[in-house]
Amino acid sequence: MPVLDVQHIEKHFGATRVLEDISFSLEQGQALAIIGSSGSGKTTLLRCLNFLETPNQGKILVNGETLFDADDPATQREAEVRKKRLHFGLVFQSFNLFPQYTALENVTLAGELLAKERPDFKQNKKTILEEIRTQGQALLDRMGLADRAGHYPHQLSGGQQQRVAIARALALQPDILCFDEPTSALDPELTGEVLKVIRSLAEQKTTMIIVTHEMAFARDVADQVIFMDGGIIVEQGPARQVIESPREERTRQFLSRYSEN
Amino acid sequence: MLMSVTLTLLEGFVVTLELFLLTLLFALPLGLVISFGSMSRCAPLRWVVKTVVWIVRGTPLMLQIMVVFYGPGLMFDLPLLPRFTAAVVTFVINYACYFSEIYRGGIQGVPAGQQEAGLVLGMTRSQIFFKVTLLQVIKRIVPPMGNEFITLVKDTALVRVISVYEIIWMGESYIKKGMIWPLFYTAVFYLVANGILTLLFSWFEKKLNYFK
Repeated sequence: MPVLDVQHIEKHFGATRVLEDISFSLEQGQALAIIGSSGSGKTTLLRCLNFLETPNQGKILVNGETLFDADDPATQREAEVRKKRLHFGLVFQSFNLFPQYTALENVTLAGELLAKERPDFKQNKKTILEEIRTQGQALLDRMGLADRAGHYPHQLSGGQQQRVAIARALALQPDILCFDEPTSALDPELTGEVLKVIRSLAEQKTTMIIVTHEMAFARDVADQVIFMDGGIIVEQGPARQVIESPREERTRQFLSRYSEN
Repeated sequence: MLMSVTLTLLEGFVVTLELFLLTLLFALPLGLVISFGSMSRCAPLRWVVKTVVWIVRGTPLMLQIMVVFYGPGLMFDLPLLPRFTAAVVTFVINYACYFSEIYRGGIQGVPAGQQEAGLVLGMTRSQIFFKVTLLQVIKRIVPPMGNEFITLVKDTALVRVISVYEIIWMGESYIKKGMIWPLFYTAVFYLVANGILTLLFSWFEKKLNYFK
């Protein structure tokens, strides 16, 4: 059974159809790259998965459980949506770190707030918070930021900020980690350090969806690639096949424009 | 002479400061309520709130003081409010409207990405407001709030139109005795108060400088 099963998702903003009949699935431990030009609907698709947008049609299943069904309003209640979001992590193009918190606090904040809802929180407060902090520090270590835990976001470079954001998303142990053009806001010399981290996550079999403009990276790191254009999936398949020998004319045109640049 | 004038003016200045502090005490929270109203998803509520803010900000504070003090008696034959109470009520409503616009600017100035980052991390909307947005809003509104506080100290002088014995009224009362300088001397009191406020605000601004 796939971890994620997306069925016939549609999204309109007024008369504009941003997503049309999007269906795909993702297996445990696989990385899926979504490519396509700006305005093709990639970001909207990620936002739908994270419940930041509500699709007009379709279903989203995680581990066989229906998290969202456009025809069933019971799946769209605010209180439940909050918990369902935790199946997904999202790393934003513009990082969106909380500026008033240190790197470590950024990673631990949500976990601490969630821990307060645990029935045993009052008795074991100290141990629980200590655990969350240790885990947060370990994540920063993994991101190569061991010595930056006490820094505030504005004291970090863009690449470091994005790695903190990745640690923050990993802290809640999502089933599927989503990246929305994680390197598009970075200077070219900083993209490498972020891509390296994502690559190592892929090697550790983290289930991921990566919206990206880095074609070589998508080819090397992703297992599957989806090419989107005008709100539809034009082509999907194994990464190497889609990027090196695409079947569809539109995919070929898109990729050749890229290699020219 | 200087000593006795200083003491008399100080008596008036205590009234000024009381009005200042009571206005802040009620107008700061009321302003937040009004700002939420002006950003409400419910359109009729939004229009009502925006109309009230328009009227309050669009008419002279001096006129509002007179309306609140004399209005109930003239229009509905109600007993007059005590002068000082009428002054506080007017100032609270007036300043809450100004504060609400500053709050609104501060809240809307926080990038939407902050809220979205909180949401995807499973935070509730109130957790996001108190743990993420609020401090960023405060940081943004400190400079314009500093302006409002200083303006408020000086606006208190308007309540003399309904004979609340604040410091300017006290200073003016010396003219009858042939002395004009006590009236100008009142400026010193305002300068000291606003000097302290300026220092407090710049200290607070520095305190919040640890993040950007």
